[in-house]
Amino acid sequence: MNKILEKEHFSEKVVKLVVDAPMIAKSRKAGHFVIVRCGEHGERIPLTIADADPVAGTITLVVQAVGDSTTKICALEPGDYLTDVVGPLGKATHIDNYGTVVCCGGGVGVAPLLPIVKAMKAAGNKVVTVLAARTKELVILEEQVAPHSDEVIIMTDDGSYGTKGLVTDGVEAVINREKVDLVVTIGPAVMMKFVSLMTKKYDVPTMCSLNTIMVDGTGMCGACRVTVGGKTRFVCIDGPEFDAHQVDFDEMMMRLRSYN
Amino acid sequence: MKKNDMTSAPRDSQWREELRKSKTAKERASIPRVKMPELDPAYRVTCNEEVNQGISAEQAVLEASRCMDCPDPQCVTGCPVGINIPGFIKNIERGDFHSAAVVLKETSALPAVCGRVCPQEKQCESRCVYHKMKKQPVAIGYLERFAADRERSSGEKVTPSVAPANGKKVAVVGSGPAGLSFAGDMIKRGYEVTVYEALHEIGGVLKYGIPEFRLPNSVVDDEIETLSGLGVKFEKDCVIGKTLSYDDIIAMGYDGLFVASGAGLPRFMNIPGENLIGVMSSNEYLTRVNLMGAGRSGGETPVLTGRRVAVIGGGNTAMDSVRTARRMGAEVAMIVYRRGEAEMPARAEEVKHAKEEGVVFMNLCNPVEYRGDEKGRVNMMLVQRMELGEPDESGRRSPVPIPGAVDEIPVDLVIVSVGVSPNPLIPNSVGGLEVSKRGTIVVDDVTMRSSLAPLYAGGDIVRGGATVILAMGDGRRAAAAMDEALCG
Repeated sequence: MNKILEKEHFSEKVVKLVVDAPMIAKSRKAGHFVIVRCGEHGERIPLTIADADPVAGTITLVVQAVGDSTTKICALEPGDYLTDVVGPLGKATHIDNYGTVVCCGGGVGVAPLLPIVKAMKAAGNKVVTVLAARTKELVILEEQVAPHSDEVIIMTDDGSYGTKGLVTDGVEAVINREKVDLVVTIGPAVMMKFVSLMTKKYDVPTMCSLNTIMVDGTGMCGACRVTVGGKTRFVCIDGPEFDAHQVDFDEMMMRLRSYN
Repeated sequence: MKKNDMTSAPRDSQWREELRKSKTAKERASIPRVKMPELDPAYRVTCNEEVNQGISAEQAVLEASRCMDCPDPQCVTGCPVGINIPGFIKNIERGDFHSAAVVLKETSALPAVCGRVCPQEKQCESRCVYHKMKKQPVAIGYLERFAADRERSSGEKVTPSVAPANGKKVAVVGSGPAGLSFAGDMIKRGYEVTVYEALHEIGGVLKYGIPEFRLPNSVVDDEIETLSGLGVKFEKDCVIGKTLSYDDIIAMGYDGLFVASGAGLPRFMNIPGENLIGVMSSNEYLTRVNLMGAGRSGGETPVLTGRRVAVIGGGNTAMDSVRTARRMGAEVAMIVYRRGEAEMPARAEEVKHAKEEGVVFMNLCNPVEYRGDEKGRVNMMLVQRMELGEPDESGRRSPVPIPGAVDEIPVDLVIVSVGVSPNPLIPNSVGGLEVSKRGTIVVDDVTMRSSLAPLYAGGDIVRGGATVILAMGDGRRAAAAMDEALCG
């Protein structure tokens, strides 16, 4: 049982939860995720860790209500408990001084992007962060990424905030203007697919973080399998981060619809 | 506590001598072996109730009287945990069921589990003296289950004696059969024992893998409660190698660590179409149904169901999956196995039960491709017909494809049950640990000690894929050896 200490609404369907989880807060690194369960009959849901405070013993999760289980989690209030939180799972992001790194995120994908932005900046990179959303109200974590980014570019589909256009337009503009050594992309599968297709054109190495269906999250079930470079890999233990240019996004999107 | 210095039912005790004399060998041998009462197949495929109903007290006493109480009982040598088999059976014969449970619990942390899922026909019962007389062996497994169930339902729990605390503490990774067996032995020896489990339930494969109709969760929970009662601590949702590192464990003051993290990764066959929707591992299928309660009222985890379900493989897990599929509503549930029935690794009883439940056996068939509809859902399986060739390294005749003999079989769910690879979490995260090419932890055969002095390992993380009882045997041997190293 893990207590919820703080809650903040980013938008109608997206909430930030600060959860008591001292051991995870201590051992997690950028890129790691947790599996949470809400209720005795609850599903196991993978969520990437957006932030952690090892001193306070807390982790921060950003959850979007998309199905029954995430809706239930989003309805929890401070003082309520998550039935189970296990982690940190997956491989940590490979952080290095690459030079210039463009970190682009869409929707709640911005949440797992935050620790990577922080770590990349701390490693000495020039970090350009591109945040994309459908409309102004859905842009999240801008204030949190800003102190760790050399530049923040906002893209909205409807032009209500920042520049009108897709995330790919924002990233492509940076690539056209300066040498980019690495692109990190996290967001909906279709977004990552098009970021990857675009960066491939320019031959810029690109890393994505995948959020597939999982049950145990420790390599046991294989529900999360994806094809990377023609080989079947498990997102939970081989990932969640992969070379985006090698990922079969179409197959991944198909598999995400298994239970729709 | 040293080996063999503890049994509450030695062969030379007076009551056993009297019992031996009470019937002649001929009288004993003339009694037919008891038959396990089973639920009717037509009924049982509609529910999750346990198929084997257990034998009655009368049946148990009669069956126990078949046992000759041999001077050199070979059955014991066939038991990986060395249960005093005649000792508990003779207690049943004299009607002292409680003492029978006491004898069982002296060596086994999980008798009610073993009585249900052990392959006795390949172990204890395979050594029974009755085989020499061309008769059926004593039903040791049924009797074990009887004694354990009787204890559970009697309300008089057998609490094994626990040595005074010795001030040392040990950690266990994984709460499956190897971990529980180790934990039970160490707590009895006076250690402080903490078991770390990655999942949200204690029991490992006994919970997520073996279905309710073969091993009810309540049976597993009872055995876990016994261990808790003795003082074993259980920590759920804790992944060693992730939440806590090996170094953390050592820094926390643990004197020893037993790794029983199980077989993690499900194997696939790397054939076209294997990532289509509706093709999944037996681990995923069984975990969704058994652990997560998919399909049960209130269960929030979904699972795909199918009208025509193919399960690939011939082991116990394949049988568990195919029988689960029948219960989840499959009209046609098929086993697709590349060898013949004689080569099948599943227990004979499982195969028999599956057949009674209407499972179709497509032996000497190997899937070579899956095809799907426009949404990516599997709807067709291509199987290559096989014939048996020369024996391979496993001693079983190896299957050889018959040229051109490929059939198209309509399916809407495929469950791949062709084995598992060891879970890489611990092997990958502990520096200096010797790991085999297959990914298993390398240990000494006798002591189960790894290349790192405080770390012992057993069960599937060492064997790659074995049975509940072999895992329990590993736990016992590791406990004995670690105790010797720490306190000997």
